[in-house]
Amino acid sequence: MTEPDLTPFVQRWHRRHLLDLESLSAEEITTLLDVAQVLKEATDGCRRKLSLLSGKTCANLFFENSTRTRNSFSLAAKRLGADTVEFGSSGSSVSKGETFADTAKTIEAMGVDWVVTRHSTPGTANLLARELGCCVLNAGDGPHEHPTQGLLDLLTIRQHRGSLQGLTVALVGDIAHSRTARSNIWGLKKLGAHVIICGPPTLVSPRWEELGFEVAHHLDEILPRCDVLNLLRVQFERQHARPFPSVREYAALYAMSASRMQRAKDNILIMAPGPINRGVEITPEVADGPHSVILEQVTNGIAVRMSALYLLSAADRLNAS
Amino acid sequence: MNTPLLIENGVLVDPSQNLNRRGRLLIHNGIIAAIDPADGDLIAGCRVIDAAGCLIAPGLVDLGVELREPGFEEDETIHSVSHAALAGGFTSILANSGTDPVIDSHGAVEFVRQKAAQALGAKIHVVGCLSKGGDGKQMAELGLLTRAGAVAFSDAPRAIPNDALLKRALEYCRMLNRPIFDRPEVPELASGGVMHEGQVSLVLGLKGLPTEAEDLAVARDVRLAEATDGRLHVGPVSTMGSVDMLRRVKSRGIVVSASVCPHNLMLSDAEMRSYESRFKVHPPLRSPRHVETLCQAVKDKTIDAIQSGHMPRSREKMMNDLDQTPFGISSLETALATAATALVKPGILNWMELIDRMSTQPAQIAGIDGGTLGIGKPADIVLIDPNQSWDVDPNQFRSTCISTPFEGMRLTGRVTAAIVDGEVRFEAN
Repeated sequence: MTEPDLTPFVQRWHRRHLLDLESLSAEEITTLLDVAQVLKEATDGCRRKLSLLSGKTCANLFFENSTRTRNSFSLAAKRLGADTVEFGSSGSSVSKGETFADTAKTIEAMGVDWVVTRHSTPGTANLLARELGCCVLNAGDGPHEHPTQGLLDLLTIRQHRGSLQGLTVALVGDIAHSRTARSNIWGLKKLGAHVIICGPPTLVSPRWEELGFEVAHHLDEILPRCDVLNLLRVQFERQHARPFPSVREYAALYAMSASRMQRAKDNILIMAPGPINRGVEITPEVADGPHSVILEQVTNGIAVRMSALYLLSAADRLNAS
Repeated sequence: MNTPLLIENGVLVDPSQNLNRRGRLLIHNGIIAAIDPADGDLIAGCRVIDAAGCLIAPGLVDLGVELREPGFEEDETIHSVSHAALAGGFTSILANSGTDPVIDSHGAVEFVRQKAAQALGAKIHVVGCLSKGGDGKQMAELGLLTRAGAVAFSDAPRAIPNDALLKRALEYCRMLNRPIFDRPEVPELASGGVMHEGQVSLVLGLKGLPTEAEDLAVARDVRLAEATDGRLHVGPVSTMGSVDMLRRVKSRGIVVSASVCPHNLMLSDAEMRSYESRFKVHPPLRSPRHVETLCQAVKDKTIDAIQSGHMPRSREKMMNDLDQTPFGISSLETALATAATALVKPGILNWMELIDRMSTQPAQIAGIDGGTLGIGKPADIVLIDPNQSWDVDPNQFRSTCISTPFEGMRLTGRVTAAIVDGEVRFEAN
């Protein structure tokens, strides 16, 4: 199989780290999506292997548990011919009291080209980018951002609608604790979508309005206007005090169900970053229904991660030369 | 006894006597012997200090330094904090129970006082722990602690969450004529927070410390002070809500005092965008509107005093992620310059007012000697070059804590010497 020519994209990309979408321009996000699309097609839907990054090594440094993101990054690296090193926090030196920065420096000293990091505290990827010499990819830092998740959501919408411009996209649920929400919020805004942030007031701050976003608390009221619904998982593990009285009440107010689907546009896209709590944010018939693009999101995750690894590496090479 | 000193060619700035003019000062036997002595009154063999271009002011008094010895000597020792204080122009500091065990016994007070006396730095006054073991429930032996030398009581660095305890203590302390210091915060509302709750924390995904966690505590504190007629000081405060509440009760004639940290007068929560732990201070850096309000409140005396807010933590502790890193700041050596840069440079305060807020007022609030160049008073004096700009380099600190939000920043106003009981204990190079 021939390798795709990505030179024109590389000329538009100058960053060595992918830490968030807030600081990226619309052009940079578009470049990431364009390269993801090219690589997805060149790998036959992320199934075949290229050798664009052979000889390079990607370290997965996950201080917080993850299955899908971690495997997705590993596969992305392998699909482009790179090697991977896996590092988890349980049973490691972190549980022996080492700081995360020291652990990361140790891994870097083993000779890696990218560190993909996940941590429960916001800003940890930013700190590593300052401390390490290699490329740093944020795979989720507490409730702050999860840029590749934002990108895969954008790519999925773009594949179905051609463009984000003018679309109304609602992010529903636990915005307060969601890094996916924050990455989506900035990515969607930059690409011209109208963003509605919807959930109970204990999970959706009115300050989002001050920042120029629409805030809603009643899903049924906004549903008929939405082109896309992104149903965010309720992050019970991050909540210090339960922000709503019961799961039953939450589901009654916010779960996307078959009866709610009747109020939605005919061509609405139903998305969820997963893992999904079936029956809480989404009922099984919607999750598995014709409007759901949840599994496409997973495949696109590999595509955007290949894109990010490739572009950061290219910028790194330019930087070195 | 110490060599007599004659400080000349400087400007005497003493709010306690409304003194702001060129003059010279004679110090003998550890006390201020004369202002503008006649040549015939000069003492043979006295050392002459040329204070040309400098202010000669009463030594600064810090209402709240977190003491870490005994228990956490890796953060700061009594010796290093007393010398860091001097380098910052503080000749007296009030030290509270950031220690383990807390200072709730005669022996604990004695330990601190002895160590402080040996250090030959700034004077350290003990703030006794208000509750037994710092548990926030039962009153410590406040009478016996007073006898041992404690000058005030507080559960700082912790808040006093128990309303009934605070009320009882305010009543009880009337007999001792000692003030109670509360660090105002409702723990349930502040739990887990790492920075000011606002737009910046929302975007960064960091857990916020809401302003109402402080506002509610200040409201409770001033109401209990009014109800008991007790001596209460709240601080450090950091919110517009606190200022508003203090302004209202003071206008009604209720006697209560308050203090603020200099970094809260200069920096805002936007600094947290760097995710650096050196900006994780408590109270947190708030939004610019709060900063502006606090500066005005210092001007109009709604806030009486500026305290350093020194909370030393070792380098290792400050090297973690923002959730794990403790609140910490090394601020003794930057406090004066920060306050001068934030308040005097833009013309909000003059130097007389700044010395009032950092020396005269805090000495009065604490009920200790200091804050004056009055004849016959202990010669605790600071010399300040008001125009000297300098770049903050934490590696030059006397403090063992080097975490500062001002690292690499240029500040104006520098301490050139500090004198304690007539002895020159600090001189800048």
